[in-house]
Amino acid sequence: MFKNGMFQKEYLGRTIVTICGFFMIVLTFFIGIFLVYKGSGTFTKYGHSITEFLFSSEWDPADNFTGGGKVGAAIYIFGSISTCMLALCIATPFSIASAIFMTMISPKLGKRIYRPAVEIFVGIPSVVYGWIGLTILVPVIRDRMHQGFGFSVLAASIVLAVMIFPSITTVVADAIENVPKEYIEGSYALGSTRWQSIYRIIIPTAKTGVLTGVILGLARAFGEALAVAMVIGKMRAFPKNIFSPTSNLTAAITSDMGGAANGGEYNIALWTMALLLFVISLLFIFIVHFITRSGEKHA
Amino acid sequence: MKESYNRAKIMNHIMTIVFYIVAGFFLLLLVSFAGYVIIHGFEGFHISLLSFDRNGIGNQLFNTIYLVFLSLFVSVPIGVLAGIYMAEYAKKNAFTTFIRICIETLSSLPSIVVGLFGYLVFILMTGSKWNLMAGAMAVSILTLPLICTVTEDALKSLPKEYKDGSFGVGATHWQTIIHVLIPASMKRIMTGVILAAGRGFGEAAVLLYTAGMSTDINWTNWNLSSPSCPLNPFRPGETLALHIWSSRTEAIMPNAAQIANFSSAILMILVFAFSIGARILGSHFDSNSSSRKETKIDKEPVQTLLQSKY
Repeated sequence: MFKNGMFQKEYLGRTIVTICGFFMIVLTFFIGIFLVYKGSGTFTKYGHSITEFLFSSEWDPADNFTGGGKVGAAIYIFGSISTCMLALCIATPFSIASAIFMTMISPKLGKRIYRPAVEIFVGIPSVVYGWIGLTILVPVIRDRMHQGFGFSVLAASIVLAVMIFPSITTVVADAIENVPKEYIEGSYALGSTRWQSIYRIIIPTAKTGVLTGVILGLARAFGEALAVAMVIGKMRAFPKNIFSPTSNLTAAITSDMGGAANGGEYNIALWTMALLLFVISLLFIFIVHFITRSGEKHA
Repeated sequence: MKESYNRAKIMNHIMTIVFYIVAGFFLLLLVSFAGYVIIHGFEGFHISLLSFDRNGIGNQLFNTIYLVFLSLFVSVPIGVLAGIYMAEYAKKNAFTTFIRICIETLSSLPSIVVGLFGYLVFILMTGSKWNLMAGAMAVSILTLPLICTVTEDALKSLPKEYKDGSFGVGATHWQTIIHVLIPASMKRIMTGVILAAGRGFGEAAVLLYTAGMSTDINWTNWNLSSPSCPLNPFRPGETLALHIWSSRTEAIMPNAAQIANFSSAILMILVFAFSIGARILGSHFDSNSSSRKETKIDKEPVQTLLQSKY
């Protein structure tokens, strides 16, 4: 009787929540295992080497089950890296400046208007960014700047930069707010100006937070599919300059997955790309962990 | 000495101005972005844009809301329960750290990867056609970590006295959670759920190969097993976000661009409404929390606890 009562009062609920907690692990592993299972087919079933996939630029997988095509994804990988890096170069300085503005220069304005506005923009659907990029940015690059078709690395980078700007800004602002007040007051007491205490005290102290924000932004940019696919031009060639079209990993997956026969070499090669994206996002998480841990050690 | 002092002061002024310009520029950019999308979307608005046929987005709007609703059915229970586990039962050991890393991995997965996983598991392995349920499951994989973390944070931020009080009157840990901790953190959990719903509205890459890009609804057909019944979760259904994506190439419709503009505007308004709603709920929580601590929460749950039959 007592046992039965305890079962209802404690053990049942406890078991259910524990199962749900374990489910998170199961789900993550499931996703990982399926991606590895599907994605490794390029190397095991169709016998390509990893170096070919990563560094060769000859992309011509056969859309059948015998294989024999070429699966060099270097163009796509380079497309992903170049657009993300350029986007990061555009967004990071502005993000840091905005974060400093809303925490240090004008905390009142920052708290009431700037921060809410930026945070709301974190949630804007990426397709909308892509659509605006397609209808405004691409024509501007094509007609005003007279650069090719307008679909370009630059257009993709700007779309990504606007997209990741809010994410980076909020993380960096949080990091700056966590800088102990004594540090700032101490530097003021020694007679430094606000700018001096920003770049001598606050930025160095909030360094780990800033890096975390940048990497989270990078992770988001890397995984973005549709917004980039809309403006990058999807041309299978290395970009000659920032105005020329190219393609990237996510754009290739979105556009070609539907047409390729399930289990064929083409299809499996696209799965390998998805596996690569998964591995990269894991890598970013480990970098973030590494940064925060080493940051804690120093502090 | 004096010179360097002056230089520092001038530098300070210059940088302050620079910060104002950068911040102002981006605020302007964001506001004009939102303004452009919404105003441009409603330009030349005609009531037919809302119609439930090929010329309007009524069906897509319905699909979007229905799909998010379905996905919350899956992700809210699992997410909240997993959050409870993480906040209350998980011990501080390597295993818990491991779960945390898994949750983090889930939350940073590229949505296209989750979409492919959903395609493989919910479509190919079940042998079905593209359907809303598969899309909803895939979206819930994306929103699960968010709901889980929000629940965990909400429970952990409660004052320790709540728990002590409940334990003091003889409740078990689980009873404490259900009757004291969850009611007290309900608002914050709700905020998380609303944010998750807002995220679900905008997801597109996930749905590309799960919910499909076609919609064929017959609004007079209410037979749940029929593929054209609006409420049948096992029918293909294109959402608003995907509709924007597909109108990029669709030249069949003469007003495809206008429909896409209008869809963007509606999507923006939906997302804004949800995140502002979550904000208002959240700030309500913050401003009331101090007074709630003394009056409402402290007494009510314990009273209900005492009045309950156990």
